[in-house]
Amino acid sequence: MTADIGILSFGAYIPKGRLQRQAVYAANAWFAGGLKGLAKGERAAANWDEDTITMAVEAARDTLVGVDRAGVGTVSLASTTLPFADRLNAGVVKEALTLDDGTAAIDVTGSQRAATSQLIQALDAAAGAARPHLAVASEMRKARPASEGELNYGDAAAGVLVGKGDVIARYLGSHSTTIDFVDHVRATGADFDYTWESRWIRDEGYTGLIGAAIKGALAKLGVTGAEIDRFVVPLTLRGVPEGLAKRAGVKPEAVVESLGATVGEAGVAHATLLLAATLEAAAPGEKILLVGFGQGVDVLLFETTPAIASLPARRGVKGSIARGAKTDNYMRFLFHRGLVELERGQRAEADQKQPGTTLWRNRKAVLGLVGGRCTKTGTVQFPKSDIGVNPNDHAVGTQEDYPLADVRAKIVTYTADSLTYSPNPPSYYGMIDFDGGGRMMVEFADVDASDVEVGRDMMMMFRIKAVDEMRDFTKYFWKAVPVA
Amino acid sequence: MAKGIKDKVAILGMGCAKFGERWDKDADSLMVEAYEEAIADAGIDTSQIDAAWLGVAFDAVNIGPSGIPLSTALRLKNIGVTKVENYCASGTESFRGAVYAVASGAADIALALGVEKLKDTGYGGLPVRTRGTMHDMTGITGSAPGNFAQLASAYRSVHGVSKDDLKRAMAHVSVKSHANGAKNPKAHLQKAVDMDTVLNAPMIAEPLGLFDCCGVSDGAACAIVTTPEIARALGKTDLVTVKALQIAASNGWEIQQGGGWNGSFFHTTRVAAAKAYEEAGVTNPREQISLMEVHDCFSVTELVTMEDLYISKEGDGWRDVLDGFFDADGTIPCQIDGGLKCFGHPIGASGLRMIYENYLQLLGRAGPRQRQTPPSLALSHNLGGMPSQNVSAIAIVGMADA
Repeated sequence: MTADIGILSFGAYIPKGRLQRQAVYAANAWFAGGLKGLAKGERAAANWDEDTITMAVEAARDTLVGVDRAGVGTVSLASTTLPFADRLNAGVVKEALTLDDGTAAIDVTGSQRAATSQLIQALDAAAGAARPHLAVASEMRKARPASEGELNYGDAAAGVLVGKGDVIARYLGSHSTTIDFVDHVRATGADFDYTWESRWIRDEGYTGLIGAAIKGALAKLGVTGAEIDRFVVPLTLRGVPEGLAKRAGVKPEAVVESLGATVGEAGVAHATLLLAATLEAAAPGEKILLVGFGQGVDVLLFETTPAIASLPARRGVKGSIARGAKTDNYMRFLFHRGLVELERGQRAEADQKQPGTTLWRNRKAVLGLVGGRCTKTGTVQFPKSDIGVNPNDHAVGTQEDYPLADVRAKIVTYTADSLTYSPNPPSYYGMIDFDGGGRMMVEFADVDASDVEVGRDMMMMFRIKAVDEMRDFTKYFWKAVPVA
Repeated sequence: MAKGIKDKVAILGMGCAKFGERWDKDADSLMVEAYEEAIADAGIDTSQIDAAWLGVAFDAVNIGPSGIPLSTALRLKNIGVTKVENYCASGTESFRGAVYAVASGAADIALALGVEKLKDTGYGGLPVRTRGTMHDMTGITGSAPGNFAQLASAYRSVHGVSKDDLKRAMAHVSVKSHANGAKNPKAHLQKAVDMDTVLNAPMIAEPLGLFDCCGVSDGAACAIVTTPEIARALGKTDLVTVKALQIAASNGWEIQQGGGWNGSFFHTTRVAAAKAYEEAGVTNPREQISLMEVHDCFSVTELVTMEDLYISKEGDGWRDVLDGFFDADGTIPCQIDGGLKCFGHPIGASGLRMIYENYLQLLGRAGPRQRQTPPSLALSHNLGGMPSQNVSAIAIVGMADA
């Protein structure tokens, strides 16, 4: 008997900030009154210290809950908004996850269906692969102020672990088409999409191309629309998934909610995000049809197994949505996206140059938050050092790696600093003690005054530490966020 | 323990520039201003100085590297000039170099000078700077108030002090120092303030408001030291000698040992204070120390330092402060010259400025702010870094025969 191929696990991450669309519209109504129809609900907005890499790391950590990381063979990152054009973005994710150096890694990009294509490649390769493939998708698209995209887009990441064995959803096959349909385009290095007329996109693109591909997939895979229990079309344009379902003979109740009102359309990540939301809700024995759209169409078919019921609890999409905090601060959003220039003061001029050599030597500590544990005294510390911090011992070279990223911590000291430069003042930081040993002085992320007090439980998240604007280099490190 | 420095070295002369926003002077002119007073006080000639130490903390907006700027500004006679940097304790560090040189016999007369030119930074507060390539990847680049403000959160939690009580005690620290600074013509800030002004000032780093923070100033201070024998031979009668000089540097315990330090005190100050008292023969500091200049970079720093110097009982410092124990007319005046708060804080100069004030007070030369009860032992405490990682320097000076 050959082992099943499919999905072993899933996870998600949605940034905490939920920008109220009404606030965006209110600021722009004088100029773009036509946006009124979109001024409902909220969209996920990444904080200033998040990008597609940091969100991918958080989604990946969620995906790997209960999974032995040593087993991961490949990590891939799908996105059209990766921070680096030529530095393996998935490689940073690998370091943050402290995966083995023998892990393969690849960035997948170039179209809005990059994530479904990534999944197909991973699933098709799974039969011959020894170890699972962690496929993460993450997106953080910029849109011009007063554009539809600004209202419709949302920032998010999601991941699935693909492989063979005790899968939670069996892979039943896929079907793809490729057609250079230019509904929108973004040139290399450009910030914004250039979009063609929405009626044409809806009729020829969504209804035409996706409709045809679904038909082709059902025929190829030998299933009927009526057999589909979960119909996943990652488009938030109202009525589109429902129309496609109807044309394919899929029952209306199978259409998966698009998260347009609560998250927004997360670009490449949206397919994976909706897949995660679907798996979160699905019972064993359900057929899931997943669509990806972008210069053609991918259609994938899965069937959940009994194993889905015993998957360990995780934040997932539900937990990510619950973690959201509403904000009306549209100006802050614009500033964090680099869409409005504020006077930052001379303190912001501090040079953030990152020596590549130093980062290389300390990559485990910096990107993986790996500290040290003295094999003689058991003292845990961050970072590691040749001579440990334990005042009662002076042994040299006794420390072994001790990962701290998944260890909870408590606040020992804190402040809210209004003097130091921060894109989101005041800057909260303080000292934390990790459960089981080790402490560090650390920045707090996603907090306000009510979240910080001595003794408060915190957990670590991978974030942007600073950006070297002179040399276009993003520096990453870990920050503490309140345990929800 | 080593035999220590007690009474081996005497202060021959001291000088201090006017602290403040010295838009009119470069660092070398500030050095000369302090030096002129010191050399006149010492009554010697430049050629009699055998060795010199220069304390400066910030290179980038200042004089640049090496001892050469001091040698050039004072036109020293090609003697050995060493530049030292130990965060905000650089001033006392330069003093230590000069004192040790004399005590060893390697130099008959040595000079220590601290200087800082901070008002060329372009903005208020201390310049933002690197703390090394590893730290810059994992550490906090917070402001100085942000680093010290954390003492308050931990102090409240450890000692069960309410936010309001601690804020009022901190405010009292600043009100007292402003009252003292108002009597000091060399002080950066010479205006008295009331409690309400301090309590209602804009927040800089929770819970430190504007008046909880010391002035950032330009300035220089200078000491010329020799042996008591040489000082007497040069005609000095009332001799102020060094009774203790201790520096303790953090080794990472506070910031790395989980569950160790609780964030509410200065570990290094406790270590340095215990050693300094032993070196000076002080067994009961609350009874024996008559005057203190401490590193009041922030009000909360001064408050917890009262405990770390074993003057106040742990957890009671805030009560002593509110009781006026450290006021100019209190039992042990603290910052009778205005302190960093109002005299100002030109980093490299501050440790020497504290010793300068103690020297003047011991000799009865402090003018309108002179303590009427004659002081006998005066302590200065000069701290560099931040609560979690710092250098604590303590100097005790007193009359040679005390």
